[in-house]
Amino acid sequence: MDWSSILSNTAQSLLSPATMAFALAALGLAMHFGFAGLLNFGIAGFMAVGAYGYAISILSFGFEWWQGILVSLVASVIFALILGIPTLRLRGDYLAIVTIAAAEILRLLFLTNAFVDVTGSADGLSGYHNSFRAANPFPEGDYGFGPWTYNNIELWVLVLGLITLTICASLLLLLMKSPWGRVIKGIREDEDAVRALGKNVFAYKMQALIIGGVFGSLGGIIYALPSSVNPGVYVTSLTFFVWTALLLGGAATVFGPVLGAVVFWVLQSFLSNVLPALVSSGILPFISSIQASTIRFILVGVGLMLLVIYRPQGILGDKKELTFVK
Amino acid sequence: MILSKAQRGSRSWIQLLMLAIVTSITFGGLFATSANADEVGTDLPFSIVGNVKNEGVALEGVRIVVSGGGYTAETVTDAEGKWYIGVPEKAGYSVTLDQETLPTGIAVVEEGGAEQSVEIGPSGRVTKNFFIGQGERIVVSVFDQLIARVIYGLNFGLMLGLAAVGLSLVFGTTGLSNFAHAEMVTFGAITAFFLGGVLSLPIWVAIPAAVLISGLMGWGLDSGLWRPLRKRGLGLVQLMIVSIGLSLAVRYLFQFFVGGGTTQLPGFDAPKIKLFGATALSVIDIASMVLSLLVIIGFAWWLMNTQTGKATRAISDNPDLAAASGIDVDRVIRTVWIVAAGLAGLAGVLWAYFRPGIKWDMGAQILLLIFAAVTLGGLGTAFGALLGALVVGLLVEVSSLVIPADLKYVGALVVLIVILLVRPQGILGRKERIG
Repeated sequence: MDWSSILSNTAQSLLSPATMAFALAALGLAMHFGFAGLLNFGIAGFMAVGAYGYAISILSFGFEWWQGILVSLVASVIFALILGIPTLRLRGDYLAIVTIAAAEILRLLFLTNAFVDVTGSADGLSGYHNSFRAANPFPEGDYGFGPWTYNNIELWVLVLGLITLTICASLLLLLMKSPWGRVIKGIREDEDAVRALGKNVFAYKMQALIIGGVFGSLGGIIYALPSSVNPGVYVTSLTFFVWTALLLGGAATVFGPVLGAVVFWVLQSFLSNVLPALVSSGILPFISSIQASTIRFILVGVGLMLLVIYRPQGILGDKKELTFVK
Repeated sequence: MILSKAQRGSRSWIQLLMLAIVTSITFGGLFATSANADEVGTDLPFSIVGNVKNEGVALEGVRIVVSGGGYTAETVTDAEGKWYIGVPEKAGYSVTLDQETLPTGIAVVEEGGAEQSVEIGPSGRVTKNFFIGQGERIVVSVFDQLIARVIYGLNFGLMLGLAAVGLSLVFGTTGLSNFAHAEMVTFGAITAFFLGGVLSLPIWVAIPAAVLISGLMGWGLDSGLWRPLRKRGLGLVQLMIVSIGLSLAVRYLFQFFVGGGTTQLPGFDAPKIKLFGATALSVIDIASMVLSLLVIIGFAWWLMNTQTGKATRAISDNPDLAAASGIDVDRVIRTVWIVAAGLAGLAGVLWAYFRPGIKWDMGAQILLLIFAAVTLGGLGTAFGALLGALVVGLLVEVSSLVIPADLKYVGALVVLIVILLVRPQGILGRKERIG
């Protein structure tokens, strides 16, 4: 078994676009679920809006990369409004079902043959990188050391991702320390009490939904930046994986989602490297290497169950901050 | 003949107009944006190919649609009459030649008409050439198509109903929105395949046995997982997320055992019998509808007349009051889990015939439709779920007359959202439930 390549691949996922995309999406969910108590199961939809908004505005409308990002953000605000108006007055589990349905509608619309000229149907979209790469401030060459060696394009994606993540995390931290954040947490604890204080609960929930949605769509953009957009990515399983990352780190925290995303991806990438290697070296008998790579998804499911049953507050969370544990 | 410049101008205008009309008829309506290439899905592992010719003359621009196992793709023939459609799985597909796109006076003349089923062979490739000749095209009136769709929709809706009443009962008695219900559907189909396909039991033994084993699994899930968690005092949202984790774990466990491909139950390719108009059903389709109907009637009788059924409804209404009046709540909930899992297992078997095919995520494909049915009828009401399922089934099938086939689930999901906007308690639900 080639331990050095397994460990090097695992180390790489400490700092990768996918990890940062998950961290951003999980930050969005922390806003929705952890702080505002909204059961949003449509985060994959927000990520799809981000990725497709960026790619389509560049490919179909010839926008610059930063204009593409702005279009995505506007689109995610609109998606949040469309989602929020009918659902935010409903009880938690209804919201869960409606958000998951809305994300699925969006995915089917991106997948259908009817709009193939714009969305690329099942093949997805690619080749939208020119504008973004032309804006790369780093001269050509290799940067970094050991497993963390990147060419100038990869470095540009990482730096942009890190900046976005830092801004979003700081924003969330500041928001949650502000009076606005206290109202949001109040809504999570007791909606009626906050309403009795004369606050417009619906408007606060909508603002939370929009902010979290924008984080999710930024995550989708970072996910799409290095390679391509594929409708097969934005399935409900993606939502559940982001939820796992969120609950792993701690739902009602700011650093929890980031930590959760890192732990999730490090474990995923370790298992996806080590399990097939165990099979090919004969340590895991009776199964094929395809079966071995399925095991890690089974483990995600089992991990999610154990987490919610035994440590619902996650690694960094405080049990007092979790109203969903009755 | 020498034409003046003006005449020539108007003539080319007329030609252009004719061309525009012909193209718009050819690709009509919503398909206007579809790909015009003769090859689609070339990166997929398997393929269906063909060559459309009439008496040796290649026909260009004939639309071919391939669908099956939740996958749909279409293309038009090139100048040599050739077409190529890549497909993701080694399975059965239906190939349809759009007769509207054939020149006038000729039609598909082989038995079965313009819609034929093919099976990908060992080479990973199958050739489907339609027999085309002089003949009156059998024009199917919109009314006949509608009738056919309504009947398919009823079949689909009854199948969804079997799964939906179970989900609704579990919700009504325990408050759990069980995302793992989809895996109970898949479990039924996979068990039937194991008994009927691997152990080669006759199918009339395999299916009831699969339903029984599904029911046993429901019992196992309740006593092994859900009852201990209820005793532990987990909140409803926590339980829901546990069910999501369970759903992921079990779904990938299925993939671990059956792989990523599609397998078929015995008898899936039973010939379609033409009944009337455009309606053609196989023996399996008819049996499936009759079976669902009988099971649902039996279930309704159980719910309305037996002591356990009455207790179930009492607990759905008010669990505390039910417990206080001496109903053994745990025992009733255990029964509900067994019944729900058994019905879901049966729905899985029927879904495997309807799709057709057994796949590791087949249940997850219809989970949202089941949720839509339950919500539409009113969460926690068994008969509402049934009504909702019929509405969703009809909506999915009938809407495919006007919207592209790969968007047919969207209609049902949009209705789910709209119904929550205008009548959140559902058709048969009561307002106090939505809080």
